[in-house]
Amino acid sequence: MSTIISPDICPAMPDVAAARLPPALLIANFADVHPPLSLDQSAIEAARCYFCHDAPCVAACPTAIDIPGFIRAIASGNLAGAGQRILSANILGGTCARVCPTDSLCQGACVRRTQQNQPVAIGALQRVATDHVLARAQATGSHPFTRAAPSGRRIAVVGAGPAGLACAHTLSRAGHEVTIFDAKPKPGGLNEYGIAAYKMADDFAAREVAFILGIGGITLHPGQTLGDDLDLASLRDEFDAVFLAIGQAGVNALTIPGETRANVLNAVDFIADLRQAELSRVAIGRRVVVIGGGNTAIDAATQALRLGADLVTIAYRRGRTEMSATGDEQTWALTNGVALRLWSAPVAIEGDEAVRAVRFARTRLDTDGQLKLTGEHFTLEADMVLKAVGQTLAKHPPQMDACPLPQIVGGRIAVDPLTRETSVPGIFAGGDCIAGADLTVQAVEDGKRAAAGIIGFLAAGATPHG
Amino acid sequence: MVDLRVNFAGIKAPNPFFLASAPPTDKAYNVTRAFRAGWGGVVWKTLGEDPPVVNVSSRYGGVGFGGQRLMGLNNIELITDRPLELNLQEIKQIKRDWPDRAMIVSLMVPCDEASWYSILRRVEETGADGVELNFGCPHGMSERGMGSAVGQVPAYVEMVTTWCKQHSRLPVIVKLTPNITDILLPAAAAQRGGADAVSLINTVQSIASVDLDLMAPTPTVDGYGTHGGYCGPAVKPIALRMVADIARDPATSGLAISGIGGIASWRDAAEFIALGAGTVQVCTAAMHYGFRIVEDMIDGLSNWMDQKSYPDIASFTGRAIRNYVHWEDLDLAWKTIAHIDEAACIGCGLCHIACEDTAHQAIVPRQSGGRRSYAVIETACVGCNLCHHICPVTGCITMQAPAAQLPRQTWRDHPNNPLRREIDPA
Ligand SMILES: Cc1cc2nc3c(=O)[nH]c(=O)nc-3n(C[C@H](O)[C@H](O)[C@H](O)COP(=O)(O)OP(=O)(O)OC[C@H]3O[C@@H](n4cnc5c(N)ncnc54)[C@H](O)[C@@H]3O)c2cc1C
Ligand SMILES: Cc1cc2nc3c(=O)[nH]c(=O)nc-3n(C[C@H](O)[C@H](O)[C@H](O)COP(=O)(O)O)c2cc1C
Ligand code: SF4
Repeated sequence: MSTIISPDICPAMPDVAAARLPPALLIANFADVHPPLSLDQSAIEAARCYFCHDAPCVAACPTAIDIPGFIRAIASGNLAGAGQRILSANILGGTCARVCPTDSLCQGACVRRTQQNQPVAIGALQRVATDHVLARAQATGSHPFTRAAPSGRRIAVVGAGPAGLACAHTLSRAGHEVTIFDAKPKPGGLNEYGIAAYKMADDFAAREVAFILGIGGITLHPGQTLGDDLDLASLRDEFDAVFLAIGQAGVNALTIPGETRANVLNAVDFIADLRQAELSRVAIGRRVVVIGGGNTAIDAATQALRLGADLVTIAYRRGRTEMSATGDEQTWALTNGVALRLWSAPVAIEGDEAVRAVRFARTRLDTDGQLKLTGEHFTLEADMVLKAVGQTLAKHPPQMDACPLPQIVGGRIAVDPLTRETSVPGIFAGGDCIAGADLTVQAVEDGKRAAAGIIGFLAAGATPHG
Repeated sequence: MVDLRVNFAGIKAPNPFFLASAPPTDKAYNVTRAFRAGWGGVVWKTLGEDPPVVNVSSRYGGVGFGGQRLMGLNNIELITDRPLELNLQEIKQIKRDWPDRAMIVSLMVPCDEASWYSILRRVEETGADGVELNFGCPHGMSERGMGSAVGQVPAYVEMVTTWCKQHSRLPVIVKLTPNITDILLPAAAAQRGGADAVSLINTVQSIASVDLDLMAPTPTVDGYGTHGGYCGPAVKPIALRMVADIARDPATSGLAISGIGGIASWRDAAEFIALGAGTVQVCTAAMHYGFRIVEDMIDGLSNWMDQKSYPDIASFTGRAIRNYVHWEDLDLAWKTIAHIDEAACIGCGLCHIACEDTAHQAIVPRQSGGRRSYAVIETACVGCNLCHHICPVTGCITMQAPAAQLPRQTWRDHPNNPLRREIDPA
């Protein structure tokens, strides 16, 4: 029997270790949270759809997928047609089926929810149909969409996340040639490096990227960072149009003492490592404190627990209703066993070389709704701290040299709401780098709209240097 | 890519999905919306002589099943209640606007040659592609000697068809009523009259339900009801059989067939086509869900044809007819036995009780590891397949044919048949 040595007794040993759980349990903890519906389950679920006219679910989907249409196709046994219908509105329909917060999107609007508080499982049905199409494309080496005659036009897309991929696919369908540059070694953006592992099980992100590129006409250049390896001015010169889909590569700091101690990590970096590494090699603290109130905090905390941490606490400076994490996500974390400390603002990260505790000030709202410190403090012991207090446009503002810079408003690239064109003609932007919902599905819609904007821009005969 | 185009008795359309003569094809507004949605053709709501008929309120009786609406729909409507000239003008305009779609005009006028002659002249002037003779309407019109009153008398069917062929160059489709014992008789009569095609079925005489408070059949009109015509998914099996009989019988197999009755999906349509239909017509499903159901019909049929390598509609029209035999040609020696996939079983027990109470006591309950499961006693199973239909899990109960089968023996040759064929010992 081994003795557990607490860092209180042995301060030199912060308890951070990999392989806290047996490999089989780790695999089970990170397997598909919502396994695919069987054919019978999907038939039963599809039969529940009323095939509403002008359906509220469609209006609630940022990409306006024809939901009743694809569900009717599932009900008729036309899985290929169902998948095609979804993918023609949203080429990342497979990811969206897995990661969309459906309760605040399509399923939130379902009339079955109004009628019986039990919406049709639209996300799960979408997965059945898209999985079918992707599997068939993979098996036959074919792609369900065709390209229009070559236009001879070349477009640069910076960022291979959902926004960049959706834009590239739409442009390729229209006959244009697309070159995608991405700073990271693998494409997919946060699908590959950010979304919780159990939502994107079995390497789905990579399979989906391969499927999307299967249309042809899209060249991928990984390891190319705008600002380091590339500059906007040359891209503008070299290509007929540019789409910026760089997400939010930077992170906010806490700006409190002790932030540089060992084992104080950015939640997004922790998740990115977790998504890439073998699970049994990912080190996790025994007691983990996650700071923040958004979905990133939820994902970091839940995955920390599933890696085998003993106690994971999310500390947030306001109340539950102010958390930006959706109600479903909060419930998910709580049912996983994450502890929630509300009205707690971190003031210092304590320890020696490594973190040993986080000191918090208690907060409250004063009568004008301002957040105030109460003067009381408390300390949470921690072997590891994960910071999830928001992301920013970029680590360093990209060097744009001679080229006029797209205008930035409130930390995001400003765009025309219809075409997604920036203040610089011929340069478009979309996804998390512009203001909006910061969801995969919104990034896809941005990519589609920007592609339409670019197609309009090219048709108008303009070129950025013309 | 498969080719969904059809040439039906000389009438061309981009796909085999037509709207049946009924409220969905009642006027220009609806038909425009239908064509915009993608329907390959329409059969315009039946025209009659002026003054137009008058309809009642309400008009429909609905039959639900298992929580779903409109398994069957019953109506007490009549033919168009709009003036003839207005309909003809709209038909002409729509045909001009949508030249690639099929425009068939349904007709029902009194049983005299002059009436048919005069309406045919006027229909031809619209540029329509064909006419459909409504000999099917089971209520309201038959009392006036039209509709099924004609359709139930083969001699009248032949006579009117002959007039229409004489007085018009348009393809003539005869719409058959199912309210008759032998569908082959009116079909053969239509063929003798020179019909290019038959379409079937029209609605089945019915009472949808009884309002037990009003003590009247539904739908009620100021407390009274009448019998009507039944359609929707419930009538599909009846329609399939009638279509197949006409396609199989050597005397009528030359007729083109437009299949109608309960079609709501591409799969339903494919079944009608496999039994000999060259096009299909839809009414209730469109009335239930609107015109855009045709999208999945087109798409689903294309995908299925692609998968089965059928290049066009003609390539599988009537393909199932060769396997539609008379009962006495079935092999009585052929055996199948139910097989239950224990891993798939959800333990509902429905197969057991069905077999125990109403079939052959061949399924026994068991406990395996605290879980209920069921096993087939192979010697008791007659292969009726009731359990297979009852089981709610697809693929859990399958009917399996043992590899060793006895020699083929049909009823024609069976010793129990007093009229058996004598087998030539040589
Ligand atoms: C932890 C986490 C969990 C999430 N979970 C969900 C969820 O469950 N459901 C949901 O709908 N949304 C979720 N989101 C949000 C969602 O992932 C994003 O909204 C979406 O990925 C945005 O897509 P994008 O294409 O704009 O950006 P990203 O996916 O961020 O892709 C941007 C790409 O640009 C590249 N890039 C950045 N800067 C440069 C540069 N200078 N040069 C070259 N390339 C560059 C990056 O490497 C990256 O590949 C989550 C986000 C996070 C952080
Ligand atoms: C309300 C209603 C009105 C109909 N009117 C006509 C008609 O005027 N002429 C006709 O030939 N058939 C008429 N029909 C029959 C349909 O054309 C069709 O033959 C029948 O409904 C079966 O098809 P379904 O099961 O797809 O509804 C009518 C059906 C309904 C429901
Ligand atoms: S469908 Fe309803 S609203 Fe429309 S005419 Fe009939 S009864 Fe009136």
